[in-house]
Amino acid sequence: MTAQPFNQGSIARRFAAWLHARPRVRLALLLAAPVAWLVVAYLGSLAVLFVNSFWQRDEFTGLVQRTFTLDNFVELLTTPLYGTVLLRTVTMAATVTLTCAVLAFPIAFYMARVASPRVRGLLAVAVLMPLWSSYLIKAYSWRLILSEEGLLNWLLGPLGLRGPGQTEIGLWLVFTYLWLPYMILPLYAGLERIPSSLLEASSDLGARAVTTFRRVIFPLVIPALAAGSIFTFSLTLGDYVAPSLITTTQFVGNLIFLNFGAPDLPFAAALSLAPLGVMLVYLLVARRLGAFSSL
Amino acid sequence: MIKGRLAAIVGIVAIVAAACGTGASPAPSFDLPTAVGDGEGELSVLAWPGYAEDGSYDPAVNWVKPFEDETGCKVTVQVFGTSDEAFSLFSTNPTKYDVISASGDASLRLVRAGYVQPVNMDLVPNYADIFPALKDKPYNTVDGVHYGAPHGRGSNLLMWRTDKIATAPTSWAQMFDANPSWGKQVSVYDAPIYIADAAVVLMSTKPDLKITNPYALDDTQFAAVVDLLKQQKPNISQYWVDYTKQQQAFESGDATIGTTWQVITYLLQSEDPPIPVDVIKPVEGATGWSDTWMINSKTTHLNCAYKWLNHIVSPEVNAQIAAWFGEAPGNSKSCGLSQADQDNCDFFHANDDAFWKDVWYWQTPETACVDGRTDVKCKGFDDWVKAWTEIKG
Amino acid sequence: MSRWLGRFALRASTVAVLLFIYVPLVVVIAYAFNSSGTTSWPPAGFSTRWVEAAIENTGLRAAFMTSIGIAVAASSIALALGTVAAFAVARYEFFGREAVSFVVVFPIALPGIVTGMALSTTFATTGLPLGFLSIVVAHATFCVVLVYNNVIARVRRTGSSLEEASADLGADAWQTFRRVTFPAIRSAMLAGALLAFALSFDEVIVTIFTAGGVTTLPIWIFQSFRLANQVPLVNVAGLAAILLSVIPVFVASRLTTDSSGAGRI
Repeated sequence: MTAQPFNQGSIARRFAAWLHARPRVRLALLLAAPVAWLVVAYLGSLAVLFVNSFWQRDEFTGLVQRTFTLDNFVELLTTPLYGTVLLRTVTMAATVTLTCAVLAFPIAFYMARVASPRVRGLLAVAVLMPLWSSYLIKAYSWRLILSEEGLLNWLLGPLGLRGPGQTEIGLWLVFTYLWLPYMILPLYAGLERIPSSLLEASSDLGARAVTTFRRVIFPLVIPALAAGSIFTFSLTLGDYVAPSLITTTQFVGNLIFLNFGAPDLPFAAALSLAPLGVMLVYLLVARRLGAFSSL
Repeated sequence: MIKGRLAAIVGIVAIVAAACGTGASPAPSFDLPTAVGDGEGELSVLAWPGYAEDGSYDPAVNWVKPFEDETGCKVTVQVFGTSDEAFSLFSTNPTKYDVISASGDASLRLVRAGYVQPVNMDLVPNYADIFPALKDKPYNTVDGVHYGAPHGRGSNLLMWRTDKIATAPTSWAQMFDANPSWGKQVSVYDAPIYIADAAVVLMSTKPDLKITNPYALDDTQFAAVVDLLKQQKPNISQYWVDYTKQQQAFESGDATIGTTWQVITYLLQSEDPPIPVDVIKPVEGATGWSDTWMINSKTTHLNCAYKWLNHIVSPEVNAQIAAWFGEAPGNSKSCGLSQADQDNCDFFHANDDAFWKDVWYWQTPETACVDGRTDVKCKGFDDWVKAWTEIKG
Repeated sequence: MSRWLGRFALRASTVAVLLFIYVPLVVVIAYAFNSSGTTSWPPAGFSTRWVEAAIENTGLRAAFMTSIGIAVAASSIALALGTVAAFAVARYEFFGREAVSFVVVFPIALPGIVTGMALSTTFATTGLPLGFLSIVVAHATFCVVLVYNNVIARVRRTGSSLEEASADLGADAWQTFRRVTFPAIRSAMLAGALLAFALSFDEVIVTIFTAGGVTTLPIWIFQSFRLANQVPLVNVAGLAAILLSVIPVFVASRLTTDSSGAGRI
């Protein structure tokens, strides 16, 4: 590394020196692009969505008419169907999150605390790989697995059992499958950060495994669980592709997509505010639980 | 304080929302072209699956390649599953598709929204041979102006697996049975227009409702139809939009009976090993379709579009499509081309107008009753969409 | 004894979960080589006809290339925005710093259908056309956080003392960046970019809303579901995705030197 002589002040160098003395300008330059993108493009588009929900459309041609109306919200709040479907979707999202957490814990724990570094690396790759295989293909593959003459019934047949078939229970299985890696990885990261000394101290003080888990491990991985749950909850909440491939049941995403295609953009926009609201609340709760420091 | 803030926000939103004018765009006024020139080299087709085959399924099933060779117009095909999807694709991509095969429940919406242009039938010579029953119909002609070339017509059918249902069904009403012997194995089309199918059933089973047209339903009639559909819902194992989905369901035992298109039956029967299915038009009649090939009002490939229209409704190609898809051709000369074509015409009643009397072509329901009644208001498309989501639950 | 039982149960459940994860992928491979085009199990026999048909299918090839183009563009933009934002938040104190961290997660944390609807209505309301660019914009937006998380974690760990030392020794800002900062963070940047690439390549819901007729690979797969001749090719596309996924995952896991696995999602 050679130092530049003082009299070779190129413009770039002088600009760099000028910037060096002005941290605020540096900050502004750094922040300008991302903030413009996120605030203008993204938050702005959410605002447009919000505005659209107050508009109407011509029933026959589907063209949006920019006249103010509260009809969409009246329809949403007075028809029991929408409340039912939203509740159904939130329940499914919560159930899937729980199942993912339960299934993810043993493997994450094994990876974080028991496996040798070589096995740990292999397992990390093994868990990440399915994330890269196409989501559509995985969902489609499950449709074939769950069908009457598919793999699941073929496996369970000799035992005298039958699979859930292409029903909501089957869908729950599919969602759990699809989002499991999103829960394993943050959980693994969180479990890994727990200092071994804490666990040793806990057993030195006479706690059995279950107690150590309940009082030491679990509270410490809550941020990681919250982080992972953001994905499992959100991905289930808005999905319409997997439900339409696997079941005949409608979820919030299906309703939004149906109205988008009708086309009834204003009503679809109004409907979209429901999962948006639910997720905003969820994110605030997750932030409280420390998810964002752990992401 | 919080209330004040909230009111302010709502107020701002209201101002913003009302600040802009209405969004409807008037239909462009038109000078009809007087001659078809050379092709522009490209054509984008939006079609029902099975209408624009290019040999990739079966090399013998190909009428796109000959068109490309003859006219130099390179064709890209996109398929859709329902008329609503077709309309939505058209409205979100106003310049993408040059031609579209529109059923009656899309054609008028396209016309009124200004998405398709009037067609000069003198430039489509094969139009002259189209069956009179398909010409100048409300779904393809508005105020005497033609908006497209009639394609052919078909009926929705009732299909069942003969190895799982011993006595052949004869009526749609059996598919709406609350406790059918085949259990939760019914497969139905996933679009609000399916409500008309239930209305067709009630036309037979509940004549006192006085339904004369399944697309013109007033409040009482509509309520009865919705109840019938809610009764059917627990037995439905599948809603299909992609015909491959229904094909798979019948193949793998997830569905045993359902509403179908003939092409699906053909595909199931030609599988290896063939799936044992049979198909009928039930006694109550059925809903069906009469499609029109329409041209985008913003197309930049007008010559190719006209050439395509003429190609599709030519006797040979129209006969091929009718045989492949399983419907009645639109061109009267398609029947005389060969014995097989004559058989196809007979099988699908191409020349038998009596057969079509109880087939109700898809059309968009409107609040101004389409059966002409002026004393009541009928349920419009909006109500059908909302009711459909409610029925699905 | 109970310790051994506990160990055994842990190992067994790990294996069980791994089986759960991989069996459906094996099913995809099985169907890709199924000699019959039907979907019943077990497969009728072995055949490579679908692989051959897939290689010849021009639509599939075009969709594949389109997806790669979009993913490269989107992850490049996400790389730029995410890195810059990460530096701003990690190295400076300013009003709204917490908010930036919070908001940058929104596009990926909010359900895809909400993001898709928002972007779609914005394009419709402003009259901007949908197409390749609108998809790139959408993808870049939710990929920023992947780069941001990886880079900020690394920047925080690296600390600014090395940079200060470099400045003390007379290097200008550009030299410091090039020789001190960048080598420290580039593997995190790459890991983030790889994750962004993967997400963009596979995304379907937001893409459907912003595609405007462009066919990406997931959209091609979606359309194939409805064409009888193309349904079996879908499994081949899945097989290709599975095989291709090994490379970047392996690379990404090697890149992040901290032992918390291959990058942060």
